[in-house]
Amino acid sequence: MSYNLTYKPFGEQAILIEWPSRIDLKISNNIIAFKNAIESFQQEKIADSIIGYSSLTLKYNDNLEDVCQEIAVLKSIYATPFFKRNTLSFNWQVPVCYEKEFGLDLQEMSDKSTLPIDKIIRLHVASTYTVYFIGFLPGFLYLGGLDEKLVTERKSTPRLKVSKGAVGIGGSQTGIYPTTSAGGWNIIGKTPISFFDIEKETPCFASPGDTIQFVSVSLSEYKMIEKQVLANTYVLKKNRQQ
Amino acid sequence: MISVLTAGFYTTIQDLGRVGFAHIGVPVSGVMDGYSAQLANQLLSNSKQDAVLEITFGTCRFLFEEPQLICITGADFSPRIDDVSVALNMPLYVEKGTVLSFGKQQYGVRTYVAVKDGFTSEKVLESRSFYKGVTKEMLLKKGDQLQVANLTKIVSKTFASVKVNKAHFSSKKLCCYEGPEYHLLSESQKNTIQKTLFTISKDHSRMGYRLEESIKNNLSSMLTSAVLPGTVQLTPSGELIVLMRDCQVTGGYPRVLQLTNAAIDMLAQKTTGDQFRFELISL
Repeated sequence: MSYNLTYKPFGEQAILIEWPSRIDLKISNNIIAFKNAIESFQQEKIADSIIGYSSLTLKYNDNLEDVCQEIAVLKSIYATPFFKRNTLSFNWQVPVCYEKEFGLDLQEMSDKSTLPIDKIIRLHVASTYTVYFIGFLPGFLYLGGLDEKLVTERKSTPRLKVSKGAVGIGGSQTGIYPTTSAGGWNIIGKTPISFFDIEKETPCFASPGDTIQFVSVSLSEYKMIEKQVLANTYVLKKNRQQ
Repeated sequence: MISVLTAGFYTTIQDLGRVGFAHIGVPVSGVMDGYSAQLANQLLSNSKQDAVLEITFGTCRFLFEEPQLICITGADFSPRIDDVSVALNMPLYVEKGTVLSFGKQQYGVRTYVAVKDGFTSEKVLESRSFYKGVTKEMLLKKGDQLQVANLTKIVSKTFASVKVNKAHFSSKKLCCYEGPEYHLLSESQKNTIQKTLFTISKDHSRMGYRLEESIKNNLSSMLTSAVLPGTVQLTPSGELIVLMRDCQVTGGYPRVLQLTNAAIDMLAQKTTGDQFRFELISL
């Protein structure tokens, strides 16, 4: 699958590549494949690459002397058939406790939507969410795949403090706060899992293309897992996926 | 070793930042005013990568526990070693037991102190730049003991000094390129952005500078995409935010302008109430 891409210089050291502007798994896979191809061929030139829903930004090590030339190189890489490298991708089973203690906005969401609380939870765990990219905060996953019935406006007044691990819904997105921060999403639960741990060799276990499955756990299970996470003995369940 | 006697308002250790970790959402960070920081390292014949102190609004005091070769650049907050005023932009040899302090602001916002061969605090994700959640420390505090490279030998007795580049601190012109969404602006919006004398609001930090003057905005928000230090975002309410070195890696507001690296360095020396214009240049 090949798309009509737009290439733009982005300051003196970066190039922005844009796909048709929509949230679409096929586009996301194409971005990841193109990024992998560029990184294989241009490794020594590229300092960093940033994936968005429908964009890829390449930051170069040096100022771009001739942007047109660089864009021509990128176009020729895109025009050459690239075969998706057999990169491993995983489905991660993330435990979430949806009990009242953590699901701060479940009641309000239920009142507004007329969905009973247990239905909101069932719908949230029923979907498989795709990691489109990681941004905003270290370890913050941009997930696609929220059930339309769960789409909920952000809170009109953001909370000054949303705790680390809080699971929320903001518009058509769902996600996990990797660190305690301010935030306007509706909080429905909490996970004891760390999405950004600087002590680990891979600080964030998930990569674009992976999927996330939320698994509902009780408060006592949550506390047990939390202890294991602290003791570094908890192993997050994962399955390889094609 | 150098002891922190007074930590000041916002003092951090910074190098050129974290490159290659945007894919896990980690900001670049690094020195706000790259020009001044690099000058300090150059004058000590350090490597470009060596970590320096970044001091915002002076006021801190440091005790040298060992003799050191240092260089102060950037904002002039009347530095003194013990009771003697010292110059910026030249290497200084300081004795064991002396105290470096800062006084009245002459110009600029951020002062850099480099030591020979750099500060050797812990590297996290290949950088020493302080960032909340990445490095253990976010800010220096009173009583901190800063590790520095051992001063082995002083290479030369005659050191270079350079004249202060006044324009770096006083220029009201920040050069920038069109941002990815610039073309979506109307002619009148483009005109306003280029003609307005913008004022820095109270809301500014290492993450970004919010500007006072707003622009009529009818652009819809966009799908989340990359932002960079120097990206100028236009918010739904028409405010402009200039992202700085600690900015997040992605954002959803239209990116109307992109500052040059040199312009980011210059903006890092400005504060609340300072004014400037955007000067659009082409690549």
